[in-house]
Amino acid sequence: MTLSTIGMAASEIAGLVRSKQVSAVEVVQEHLAFAASHDSELHSFIDITDEAALSAARVVDEKIARGEDPGSLAGVPIALKDNLVTRGQATTCASQILKGWKPPYDATVVEKVREAGAVALGKTNLDEFAMGSSTENSSFGPTRNPYDLQRVPGGSSGGSAAAVAAKLSPLALGSDTGGSIRQPAALCGIVGVKPTYGLVSRYGLIAFASSLDQIGPFARSVKDSALLLQVIAGHDPKDSTSLESPAPDLLAGIERGVEGLRIGVIEELIDGVAPKVGEALLEAANSLGAQGAKIEHVSVPAVKYGLSAYYLIAPAEASSNLARYDGVRYGLRVEGQDMNETYVKSRTKGFGAEVKRRIMLGTFALSSGYYDAYYGKAQRVRTMIINSFQSAYNHFDVLLSPTTPTTAFELGAKVSDPLSMYLSDICTIPTNLAGHPAMSLPYGQGENDMPIGVQVLAPALGEVNMFRVARALELGAPVISRKLFWE
Amino acid sequence: MSDSISREEVIHVANLAKLALSEEEEQMYTSQLGAILDHARDIMALDTADVAPTAHPLELKNVFRPDLEKESLDRDEVLSQAPVAEEGRFMVPRIIGDAP
Repeated sequence: MTLSTIGMAASEIAGLVRSKQVSAVEVVQEHLAFAASHDSELHSFIDITDEAALSAARVVDEKIARGEDPGSLAGVPIALKDNLVTRGQATTCASQILKGWKPPYDATVVEKVREAGAVALGKTNLDEFAMGSSTENSSFGPTRNPYDLQRVPGGSSGGSAAAVAAKLSPLALGSDTGGSIRQPAALCGIVGVKPTYGLVSRYGLIAFASSLDQIGPFARSVKDSALLLQVIAGHDPKDSTSLESPAPDLLAGIERGVEGLRIGVIEELIDGVAPKVGEALLEAANSLGAQGAKIEHVSVPAVKYGLSAYYLIAPAEASSNLARYDGVRYGLRVEGQDMNETYVKSRTKGFGAEVKRRIMLGTFALSSGYYDAYYGKAQRVRTMIINSFQSAYNHFDVLLSPTTPTTAFELGAKVSDPLSMYLSDICTIPTNLAGHPAMSLPYGQGENDMPIGVQVLAPALGEVNMFRVARALELGAPVISRKLFWE
Repeated sequence: MSDSISREEVIHVANLAKLALSEEEEQMYTSQLGAILDHARDIMALDTADVAPTAHPLELKNVFRPDLEKESLDRDEVLSQAPVAEEGRFMVPRIIGDAP
């Protein structure tokens, strides 16, 4: 192979594989070798599954040789967040409680990307059970930011974001409960999408907060992210919260431009962000204005209560979901005198500090005497946030905000102060509470030349307009001048 | 120090959640959970008397499917991942105590 596919767009790789200019095996071998030489510093993967990747690549090449359609992602490497279950391959959630567990089934998204011809390189690092904003809560050690190894990649899908940004993989899947796709995408200078709740099946996504969790794509371009979302979207009978309506065609209208679209800049989410982050957002809005969109500032007052509502609702759901880790059917067991002692010993040894913090917070918010004051109150505020967005969407097609208040912070900067860590999700959380789609794409550089992310928000099932706007923004976005750690 | 949650309440929720805490952890979690709950005071002050709660972003209804026979997970594959299994079952430590 004379042609290198490292750094190439997913759509381009699929085109080359489909037209037999390169084989899927060649593409995968090259990416595995590249990851092997660079991931020791980055630590984006928990597990690189070389053999499974090569045999999956051979399957794609055999299909092509037989003249069958190999799928829209033929031979394209993909990295999977390690909270997506993979049959027979270790799935850890970056937790000691699941270390060594080999799931007996595949997540629906894992099946779907495989059917589309994509080849999984391995499982990426995350904050334990997707609880965190820096990937420092992984029990296997932190992932680093590919633009500055002393800084965090964001989280919780930090491994997936770092792997794509560092060109170890053209695509990755993550999950977003309060910003866990968009925030690391912003901090690593790539595109990350949190789809409408219910658009992508959650079957096989290890549950954190079931009314908020949603799987979505990472890519280095808006089109590649749409291509991957198109593959994973759609109804799944195995997920009772999966939408019945067919997935919209995300690529057809992506180049239509923004002429005539009404775009609102959310005032409440500009207040208090780093100056350069605010400036980048206004430049992004101006660029859309110059391309014919109608730009106005809009107040969405209830979004400022998102953080408080989220940090009661998400831990409440987590405390319930994580009750299943009892040392009986899978995962870690620390044997005690009786069943109760076994539960306590297994959970105490198996869960890390942040997971325990959230389980206890959620248990408290749901406990007798506090339920109405905390969980009940947060549910009512959730309604206020949905109504506040609804009022804005009566006048606007999409909304804009920063993705994060700052660029990537240094490793260790926020680990001892959970609340300051939680505040880094302040711009992304309201979307999850509403069940709406939103995506982050890179737009300019801030402190220390680290990438800045701009967030495009849309009403439920508003993905078509969201991608149109993101594509228009991408066309006007400055190129990131900072070098990756290996460049 | 916050008065949103006491050390005794932290011990109580840890017990409900089947977690054992060291004294140091009791202190740390009391102060950290207190800070998070203090932040939530902004929503406690809101008037939500006329607002209905939202438990879920979708209007959920029961999902039914025809009761058809289909393949389920392989029992041996599932049990191979259990900490202890015997004769096609999960094994657990003793549940029932001695007679009083």
